[in-house]
Formats: sequence, C-alpha cells, structure tokens
Amino acid sequence: MKLFSDLISAIEITNKTNAKIEALVNYFKIAPDKDKLWLIALFTGKRPSRPVKTTLMREWCMEITKLPEWLFLESYSAVGDLGETMALLLPSPSHKLDLSLHEWMTELKALKPKTDDEKKAFVLEAWSGLDQQERLIFNKLIGGSFRIGVSKKTLVNALARLTNIDANQLMHSIIGNWDVESITFEELIHGNHINYDNSKPYPFCLAYALEKELPDLGEPKDWIVEQKWDGIRGQIVKRNNEIYIWSRGEELVTQQFPELVEAMQNFKDDFVIDGEILALKDNDVLLFNDLQKRLNRKNVTKKLLEDVPIGFYAYDILEYNGDDIRETAFDKRRKRLESLFNAVALPEHIKLSFLVDFTEWETLHEIRNNSRAINSEGLMLKQKKSPYHTGRKKGDWWKWKVDPLTIDAVMIYAQKGSGRRSSKYTDYTFAVKKDDALVTVAKAYSGLTDKEITEISQWVNKNAIEKFGPVRTVKPELVFEIAFEGIALSNRHKSGVALRFPRIARWRKDKPVEEIDTIEAVKALILSC
Amino acid sequence: MSKENQLIKFTKKGIYCPQGKFYLDPWYPVDYAIISHGHADHARWGMKRYLCTDDSKAILQHRLGAAIKIESMPYNKATTINGVEISFHPAGHVIGSAQIRLAYKGYVVVFTGDYKTQPDFITTPYEPVKCNTFITESTFGLPIYNWKSEEALQEDLHSWVKTNQQNNRTSVFLGYSLGKAQRLMSLLEGGDDIYVHRSIHNLNEAISSSGIELPETKLWSADLDKKTLQNEIIIAPPALLGSRMLKRVPNPATAICSGWMQIRGNRRWQAVDAGFAVSDHADWNGLISAVKASEAEQVYVTHGSQAVFSKYLNELGIKADELVTEYGDEALAKAEAETDKATVK
Repeated sequence: MKLFSDLISAIEITNKTNAKIEALVNYFKIAPDKDKLWLIALFTGKRPSRPVKTTLMREWCMEITKLPEWLFLESYSAVGDLGETMALLLPSPSHKLDLSLHEWMTELKALKPKTDDEKKAFVLEAWSGLDQQERLIFNKLIGGSFRIGVSKKTLVNALARLTNIDANQLMHSIIGNWDVESITFEELIHGNHINYDNSKPYPFCLAYALEKELPDLGEPKDWIVEQKWDGIRGQIVKRNNEIYIWSRGEELVTQQFPELVEAMQNFKDDFVIDGEILALKDNDVLLFNDLQKRLNRKNVTKKLLEDVPIGFYAYDILEYNGDDIRETAFDKRRKRLESLFNAVALPEHIKLSFLVDFTEWETLHEIRNNSRAINSEGLMLKQKKSPYHTGRKKGDWWKWKVDPLTIDAVMIYAQKGSGRRSSKYTDYTFAVKKDDALVTVAKAYSGLTDKEITEISQWVNKNAIEKFGPVRTVKPELVFEIAFEGIALSNRHKSGVALRFPRIARWRKDKPVEEIDTIEAVKALILSC
Repeated sequence: MSKENQLIKFTKKGIYCPQGKFYLDPWYPVDYAIISHGHADHARWGMKRYLCTDDSKAILQHRLGAAIKIESMPYNKATTINGVEISFHPAGHVIGSAQIRLAYKGYVVVFTGDYKTQPDFITTPYEPVKCNTFITESTFGLPIYNWKSEEALQEDLHSWVKTNQQNNRTSVFLGYSLGKAQRLMSLLEGGDDIYVHRSIHNLNEAISSSGIELPETKLWSADLDKKTLQNEIIIAPPALLGSRMLKRVPNPATAICSGWMQIRGNRRWQAVDAGFAVSDHADWNGLISAVKASEAEQVYVTHGSQAVFSKYLNELGIKADELVTEYGDEALAKAEAETDKATVK
C-alpha cells in the first residue's frame, strides 16, 4: 500500500490543486491497473459498504491501548478524525504487511459477511502490521472519507492531463455504471461503457457583478431582467431519452435529483437547458440551507424527498433537437424555451424563470430590494441580443445582488473544524443580547483569514470555560459582524429567528461586547426586508 | 500547611521559593531568577540576577544581553542559597536545558522546565530525579503523541532531502533557533552543505564559544548566489515562513519540524510541503515515565494539556493538580518570532 499511502501524503499536505493533480498523475503513471480503478472508485463515492462498524473498531482500539474512554475521546477531539486518532493511539507495528490497494479492498469486501470475532482478528492483524500512515489509510478504507480536497473534478482533471481525453467525457465515464472487477483502466477512461454524445454539456455562461449605474447600460427595452435565484446552477441535458444533470462545477449530479429526472421525461424534444436547481415547497423557494441537505448525498431517502423537494427554474436553452443555438440572441432563445415549456403539461416544480416586468430603470431598485422576501439573491440583467457566452464575459450579463444584512454579535462557543481545519477552532456560535442575557442567533465558520483563525484559536485556548470535550464555551468577549442573506421568524430556533447563509463579515476588534445588537433589533430586520 | 507549600509558592510573577528568596523561570522581573533553559518563555528580560547551567550561560547572554548579571554551574553540582540546596539536572530539551532541583530540610522539589526523555544526537540526555513534589510540563500530554526514534527521524529527513534533490528542489527546514535548529543540524549532518539563517548562525556562535561542538554549517545570507543554494539544505526559524528571504530560495520545498506535526490537520494548516514530528518535548509515554520515575507524592502539571494529564495521573493514583503558568508554545512562538524578525538579512 506504500504507493497509495505516499499519494495520500502528497495530496493532503498541499492546498494547491495543481500539486494534487500532479501527484495523482504520477500515481496513475505507475500504479497497477486495479489500484487505479480502486482509487477512482474511492474518490467518486463508489466504495463498497462498510464491512466493520466504527463502534467495534473504537472498542478494539481502547481494549488494545487500555485507555479510559474519556481519554480516548479527548484524543479524538484533539485530532478531529476517528480513523486518524486510532492510527495514532495504537502501538508500533510488530511486523510488516505489504498488500496493494486492490488486495486490501478485496479482503475488505470479503470481510463484510464474517462474524465479529473474525472481523476483529482481521483488523487487529492489520493494525499490528501497518505503520501509522498506512494504518490511517486502512481505517479510512473501511469507512470514512479522506477529506483531502480531491473532488471528482480534481480527479477528472488529473485523468485529462494524463490521457488528453476531454474532462467532461471523463467525468461521465467515472460517474457512469462500472465496477472494478469487470473493467480495465483503459476501457474506463475511454468511456467504452458510456455514450458521451448523450451527456456532453456546454460550458456555463457566467455573469460579473454589476459595476455601473443602471442608466449606463442603455435602454431598458434592450434588457431582460430575472430574479437571481439562490440555488445551484444546473444544466439539464436530454438526448436520445437519456437525461443528465451537470452542476456548474462540471460534476454530474443526475442521481441526486430524481424528481428532476422524472419530470424531464415529460418532454418529447431533445435539448440542453440552463437553470437553477432549487428547494421548492408549495411553490415557495426554500432557503439555500435547506437545499444543502440534498447535495452530495449518496442515497436520497424518501423522507428527504418529502422534506426538501427539488424544483428547477429554467433560464436558457443552449441546444434544441441537436442544434447548438448558443449564438442565437437571448430573446429568441427565451422564446424557444417558452414554446418548449408551453408545449407540454409540466409538474408544478418545473418552471420558466419569470421575467421582471419593467419599463424604467428606476423601478428595478425596489424590486431588487424586495427580492429577499422571495429568497432570491437579487436580479440578473441580460442583454436581449446576447449570445450564450463560454465562461465569464463582461458586458452582456450582469448580476445585481442585494446587499447583505449585518448584525454585531458575540462569540459564545467555539469548535474545531475538520480536515485541514481540525487543528484550529474554526466553527463559532454567536449570540446577541436578550434582556440581561445572551441568546444564540447564528453559527458561522467562514469569512476569516488563516491568521485571524490562528489568533482566535489561541484566544479560545486561554479563555475556554470548560476543559473537556470538543465544544468550548468561551467568555463572551470577541465581537463579530455577521452578514447574512435573509432572516425569518422560526420556532425551531431559541432566539425565534433563522438567518439565511450567515457568515463572518469581519472581526470587530474595535467593539466592546456591550455594543452588540439586541434580539429586538435583529427581529426588526424582518420587517425592513 | 504541607512542607512543599513552605518551599515553593505559586505567585503572579512565577514559581517562588520564599526560603531561598528566588524565582524559577519567572515571567515578570524579579531580583533573583533561576533559569531552566534559554527559550524566551522561560528566560525573560529584566531579572536583576540570573542563575543557569554552564551550557545555557552563553545562550542567555546572547539573547538577553552581555550586561546581565549571570552566574552558572554545571549539571549535577549543588549550591546553596539561603539554606536551600539548588542543583541542575539534564532535561534533554535543548542545549543547556535543566530540571531545577530544590532541597530544604529533606524535602525535594523538582521543576522540569521543558524536557524530553528520548535521547537525541546533540542534547545532554534527560536524567530522572527523585523528589517529593514534581512540577512537570505537559505540552504533548495526550496519548496520540508518541515520537519516532532519532534514527527513524534521521531516515525520514534524509530521504525527504534526497527526493527533493531528485526533483531539483532546495530543502528548507523550519524550527526554532534555539534547540530545534541544532537538533536538525545534528540529524542532517554528514550529507550536503547545511545553510542556516543568521539568527541561528549567531546563536550557534554563542554556543560554540562556550566550548560546545556543533555540526558544521554555513551562513545563509541574502547576498548568496542563488545557484549556490540550489538543492542544498537550509534551516530557518518558523517566523520566516512567507518572508521575502524565503521566496528568494530557488525552487524550495518547505518542512515544518514540530511535535504538532503529528496531526494531519496541523501539517495541512500551514500549506507547506511537509511536516515532521520532531519535538523537543516529552511525548505521552515520556511524560508518564518521568512522573513515575520521580516517585513524587505530589505532581503539578503546567503548560500544555494540564487538565487531561492531571486527571489521568489522578486515575493512576498519583496526586496531581493543574498549575497555571505563562509558559508554553504560544508564548514561545510569539517571543521567538520577535527575536527572529529582529535578525534580518
């Protein structure tokens, strides 16, 4: 497993995508065929189901190390990763096992139906025959994710660099139906098992943030204005009765949204359309936080389908019955899209993105300011004559987002992050004043620099109120400006409000805790937006 | 009142011996300070008198100024101050580091400062000392911290350098000027040229002047030809990470050397090319074996994992309490960074 172990070490140490790709390419150049296939399987969610329960592994590890449970848990909260914690706690190896990735995976697959005693014997034998890094990898192969910043896209880019095959085709190939035992690496990357002609997407056309005054755009009649929905951009490809959904990150996400695939069957024509994948309930757009529950799931449960139903608002059409129409003017493409949608009966959750009715630039200000009420991020301005550009191009499309709302709140809890952030306190809970006490309003974990995070972590170490466990209650002293996209009344939250997409705007070192906002002031924001 | 409370007192200025009228590694200016080792969180400015080991003396003078009033004595020799017997015993942490042993009317207190139980190639190895009260650090007081042997580390570092050279890269090791730098020099000795940053170079000269032999190094100065450095080894203090001087190194591969590198998250945090768990502190088993070897009836746990380590000692049946001090990695990192940044070029 040395090759694979070295690859993981090389990837995890760097945060440069290019260095990760380089390490992957080197691995693909020298690793045995089956190992390469397993690597792809592991990083695309095609891993076999977990053969050994985590609780058992924990138990065995405590048994071997003779550590009390509380100390095991303290170690875990310092490391932030269970597989790694066990790898670090176990005693030095007594012998050396040298199996390839493929051999380990084959053994692990065979382990699944065995008894707990047999599993224990196998795991203990492996633990005592592997060094620390290999042991960590072994634990990860059993379950758990590597969290080393290798997305499907990174993997695909490495394969593309290695083979000169189109990255999107490779994406389709590795996502497609295949298994390690019945395909070779060559067959997989050449896509023998798929028909790329049916799935091939177009590059997304992206907009810049509006950087001038509206009247400078020219005549209002030359522009089409839509809401800028806050979901994930998606391209739906329907060709020869096959349906594919691509995300803006050029990942195939078809399986994540069965209700979209089903609804697309209603169409008779072939097409490629661009739009927004949204969480939609009773015709209302839900918060992005809700949509997030549906993203990157291996299995979409029935309950999740009911709790967070998905819908699609169509913005544009790029291909119609085999013809690439991206050079056609946007207003004509929009007409095409409308007639496509009007020709068939569609379920409620598949809609055209509605156009904002306006004749004067002036009126847009108020519409933009109200967009928050319908969970939109603002407005999109598109030049009627614009083609569907490749990538980001200035001038034809503009996004005009609403300004975020902000409050000043104080940090009351801190928790360590995961992956690269597992050594620092990066996840914070914030509170505002409620009478003489504090009430939690938001959790946020982004928006600070590494330097600030380090400084805050040191402060947390010094100012934590309790000393054990993963969450640190801290003295309410550090004040932050929290920005968010929307706010609503909520029964689920103790404060009575739910913030949409809260993040740290800045650390208000200049502000004493006495000057943070009150919950009344926060609630007043609901009325103002 | 127990005897130990008569011999030492924990005050705002530091650990105080009222009978002897001196402090151990105080963090505020006092009249008389006995110093365990030269790191900035233990040996601070502004004491009217210093007492340290012979091997630390030149280091303290170099860092705190030649004008300080300082006396020194060798390891394992005793002196008496106001009736309290004082002796230094090797702590294996950095060159010159000592545990401070105090004895008065048959009662013995040992203050470890910082220590490392595993021997390395350059530091006088740690020696256990029996006592009634043992004041121990706990920087790495969690069972996840267990260090590799010096030989295994040596192999890791050499093979990393070799790989870098194959890829035409210059190996840059980051570690504190005092302790880690000399340790790295001893681990990397015998291969290619080792260049050191000026703050390390100056400290090395001070150490050598007191008769301690160090591995051969060259000064890494800003006016060196780039080609000279290509594929060689550079040792620099961590404060240089991201500095212009480091950016001038041809095709560098950078490694941080610290016990914290044991954890993946820490290795990945700084966005360097490698992290090696080379520590000057005792690992988990080292801490426990030191506490046991002291046979102390009372243990005080200072900087690091005080809460966890003292709880565990109590479960083992060893009476232990936490002790809040101003020592520790964060204080050290800050102070060292200031010193190193002051040494430009």
